[in-house]
Amino acid sequence: MHTSSAPVWNARSLMEALALRSEHPEATVIAGGTDIMVFLEGGALELKEVLNIWPCDELRGIETTATGLQIGALCTWTDIKNHPNTPSALRECARTVGAAQIQNRGTVGGNIVNASPAGDSLPLWLALNASFEVGSVRGHRMISADDFWTGYRTTALEADELLLAVHLQNDETLRTTYRKVGTRMAQAISKVVLGGAIKTQGGVVTHARLALGSVAPVPVRLAHVEKALIGRPIDPNAAEEINHDIAPIDDIRSTEKYRRTVSQRIVRSWLEREAKEP
Amino acid sequence: MIEFSLNGHAVKVQALPMTRLIDVLREHLRMTGTKEGCGEGECGACTILIDGVPVNSCLIPIVQADGTEITTVEGISKDDRLDPIQDAFIEYGAAQCGICTPGFIVAARALLDSDPHPSKRAVREALAGNLCRCTGYQKIVEAVVCALGED
Amino acid sequence: MKRGVTVLSPCYALCMSPVGINVPRADGPSKVRGDAQYVDDIRPADCLYGATVRSPRAHAKILEIRKDPNFNWAGITIVTAADIPAKNVVYLMTEDQPALAESVVRHVEEPVALVAAESRDRALDAVRHLEVITEDLPAIIDPRHSEGSEIKIFGADNIFKKIAIDKGGTTTGGTVIEGEYSVGHQEQLYIEPQGMIAIPREDQGLTFVGSMQCPFYIEKALAPMLGHTRMNVIQAATGGGFGGKEEYPSMVAAHAALLAIKTGKPVKMIYRRDEDLRATTKRHPSIIKIRSIVDHEGILHQWDADILMDGGAYNTLTPVVLSRALLHLTGPYRCPNQHLTGRAVATHTPPNGAFRGFGAPQAMWAVERHMDRIARTLGIDPVEIRRRNLLRDGDTTATGQTLTDTGALTVLDEALAAAQEPLQNDPIHPGGGEGRYARGRGVSLVFHGCGFTGNGEARIKGKVALELDGRCIKILTASTDIGQGVDTTFPQIAAAELGIDVERVSNAPHDTANVPDSGPTVASRTCMVVGGVVQKAAKQLRQALQIETASEETNFDMLLSLRDHQAPLRVMAEYQDDGSMEWEDETYQGDAYPTYGWSCSVVDLDVDLDTGEVLYRRHIGATDVGKAINPVIVTGQLEGGSLQGLGYATCEEVVVDDQGRMRNDRLTNYIIPTSLDAPEMVTRIIEIPYKGGPFGAKGIGEIPMDGPAPAAAQAIEQATKIVLDTLPMTPERVMNALEAVE
Repeated sequence: MHTSSAPVWNARSLMEALALRSEHPEATVIAGGTDIMVFLEGGALELKEVLNIWPCDELRGIETTATGLQIGALCTWTDIKNHPNTPSALRECARTVGAAQIQNRGTVGGNIVNASPAGDSLPLWLALNASFEVGSVRGHRMISADDFWTGYRTTALEADELLLAVHLQNDETLRTTYRKVGTRMAQAISKVVLGGAIKTQGGVVTHARLALGSVAPVPVRLAHVEKALIGRPIDPNAAEEINHDIAPIDDIRSTEKYRRTVSQRIVRSWLEREAKEP
Repeated sequence: MIEFSLNGHAVKVQALPMTRLIDVLREHLRMTGTKEGCGEGECGACTILIDGVPVNSCLIPIVQADGTEITTVEGISKDDRLDPIQDAFIEYGAAQCGICTPGFIVAARALLDSDPHPSKRAVREALAGNLCRCTGYQKIVEAVVCALGED
Repeated sequence: MKRGVTVLSPCYALCMSPVGINVPRADGPSKVRGDAQYVDDIRPADCLYGATVRSPRAHAKILEIRKDPNFNWAGITIVTAADIPAKNVVYLMTEDQPALAESVVRHVEEPVALVAAESRDRALDAVRHLEVITEDLPAIIDPRHSEGSEIKIFGADNIFKKIAIDKGGTTTGGTVIEGEYSVGHQEQLYIEPQGMIAIPREDQGLTFVGSMQCPFYIEKALAPMLGHTRMNVIQAATGGGFGGKEEYPSMVAAHAALLAIKTGKPVKMIYRRDEDLRATTKRHPSIIKIRSIVDHEGILHQWDADILMDGGAYNTLTPVVLSRALLHLTGPYRCPNQHLTGRAVATHTPPNGAFRGFGAPQAMWAVERHMDRIARTLGIDPVEIRRRNLLRDGDTTATGQTLTDTGALTVLDEALAAAQEPLQNDPIHPGGGEGRYARGRGVSLVFHGCGFTGNGEARIKGKVALELDGRCIKILTASTDIGQGVDTTFPQIAAAELGIDVERVSNAPHDTANVPDSGPTVASRTCMVVGGVVQKAAKQLRQALQIETASEETNFDMLLSLRDHQAPLRVMAEYQDDGSMEWEDETYQGDAYPTYGWSCSVVDLDVDLDTGEVLYRRHIGATDVGKAINPVIVTGQLEGGSLQGLGYATCEEVVVDDQGRMRNDRLTNYIIPTSLDAPEMVTRIIEIPYKGGPFGAKGIGEIPMDGPAPAAAQAIEQATKIVLDTLPMTPERVMNALEAVE
């Protein structure tokens, strides 16, 4: 453990945060610290300077709007669990992040921007068709989750931008799932993590967004599975298309074979459950 | 200069802003009740409360503790009296080697503040971020469930 | 200091014997307050911080230890093998392991150099700027390549130890059933990492304070290296050991000593967790082959078993681990013809060492899986197979020991009875309980020899002293409390013997300057053997008072009142072999252990058919403990050991690279169970008193490790039909097997 002597800029307001981000694009942004501090301990990170956005209360809060939900980037997983209007799949995700101490500190924004291939929430944002509000001194813009993770640990954020909020649309007809397969029941990094959302009308699937994490350098939409689902009654066999969509590897935690097998099984099982529902 | 309240007392510390809170507690302030088991937020032995919320002190840079109220295991017992959760740990045999105990005491105290009579399931979930190698958790769960009165 | 609720039973309040009572832990208040002083809480004045430079390669010549010229070396002291005063050796059973590698490294992470600095950050930084330049030599990583290899690691044939045990002859006819079983490394994962402080004394000696199980081991280990340097060793509060702090602390002490000698200042070394995971001892990986001959009713007529154990690069305790493995390689089963062989071999990997169970968990895994194989082959219920073959009074073991007070049948029936209770809680099913699960139950039966093998205790002659001061008694013993409650149970034993209030008795700090050598805190011997010496010392104290007061009074307080002075009184007792055990070390024949513990595990679990995850619902352990001196402490040990056994079963895997280095060297990736992974634990204590133990107590520290893994395997088999013979049964292995079976 080497205590970094990097200078820290503290942002107490959104305006300050954006200004500092613009002035110090090289600074490592720290929110709850549950990723950054672990990288530091492991010697994987050399800090030059730090932008501490934790004090920025304007980035907190969950707002229920007419059309949906707006989740501040600094909302923690505990905030997600405790809010009455967060979707059940998102609460299930929050429940599986680390454990209580991590949930109390880890932020939605941190998980999204850290862009780990194993990021617990990332496939769920894809499944829920989330939009990310990002901002800089030049203004705000929206980036869809589909466009956000552009490569291994890389996002569509410009150097002077910060993630401000996650926007979700309300949809009562959406049937969703979240399933994380980790190394144990808590304090686990995912081996395979599924976010799924489908809609049926008149007995056929009209909308399908399925995504998996930990099976590629970025979270991936299961485009072939989705295509096999749309336009017909829920067919669990669509899960067989999954190998076209994922590129898992052997790593310290698991194997390619396991990830392929389990991905297919958990998707199939979900579809089988949904197929039984009216 | 970082300022915070520690177990009810105002504290001022001069330290590099990225110094870990656990190091400020243990080294600068000589409060060694909080333990380091892994340095990576997995074992929970370093659990303290920031504004009543349990977090891993090995993952908090001291700059983020500025202006907060911090409670460590030393602040759980009041004057010379053990807190009921501490009594329960002794009564139910929930401490063996004791290295994980301070972290559990702090995390359990926070749980009981929000849920005085938690179910076993709720206890296991709330304490899943505290690793114990000695007890198998059985007696820890019993101690927390029963700490504030029999089930 | 006040306490809230106390648990003492009404009986205790009337001053009946504290044995069998849940006397609250003596160190409970300090531990719950965070006051207990572990080594990193102790800060001698002017203390420096030490850290270790380690080998990056498995087997190599050391060409150079290169200092980065761009690093600021001010205030940094460096120590290499050249600085070692006498022999470059950390002694345990042999003199093969150096404190610092000199010209050759024999395993990754082998210590090569040391640094001391004013702060932890500076010390760790300095280590990062020292490079060990090496030239590779051919390395053996796989134990199957070791024996007879041209590449020599240890002796002529790379064998640390070879043992054979033979009973009876061979049989003809019957059904031959063969199987191969294997287990990987397991990490002790004490939550407090290794730590040691070396403090120069005014008399040019050294005081050591640290996290440890065996203070006298450190003195013996360092004697060759430190020449005539006087030493004393003090155990600090120790945050878990499980065998991982039996021998390894001697290495840390050696290093702290070298730095303290060179700098003239106290030096503290605290291992970072990743370093501790990579560099310290682990459970011995093993490959076991069993060939048995049974009749059509599943009765064993012949049992041939062989074990190959990987010792790593140096001898450490490996021969003793092999020995225990062999002595348990039949399991708790009778058979007229038993032939057991074993070899522990050297590899260029970090030396393996003591871990709770010490060879028995490996043996029991194989034995119990093999009994399941027999059951499966013959179509007989696996519990019934065990019932038909278990050892009973009057049966002999493989070494020819006639058993009395056997408990196999009793613990089996007790555990199965407890298993009739419906399960209270469902496990935590991921995905909110939605999914496909198969439910199963498994049963295992184990025995565990208590204490040292054969004449081990007769050789050690463990000693305990008692000091009477006023109305209070101090117990002076080297037996350390590492969580198992020695600092509570020893006072209970002494107080019970003397008929006094337990609060008047306490263990003195475990400082080799003040306490006699009671033998090491290992081998499930502490309560049974050393506790027995405590009881003996208490008897001697009473006798000494009787002699002093020329009285035949037996009541202790009456004796005290008869004294005409208050002078302190000290007695010393020593373990005495009663001569009833006959053991031949050369031939491995006779009474291997003074007594055996018996245990039955019943594991209920679900297998997630989509992910291969094993979700434990309940573990029942019925264990014969002889006498539970403190039932809460005893059940705590049984429950904790059982969860370590379940971790061994399904989630604890050490992943090594081609240099034998542990790749999953963080707690994120070496997986031990959390409270959500752990099942409900049901513990049934059976007391079949052992007349050689204090108040009938047997050793129980290790037995809970032996049964859970094979019980889990049988449960998985029952749930899914898959047969797994390798540990750990990770979701990946379970899923492979499920796919094959579907």
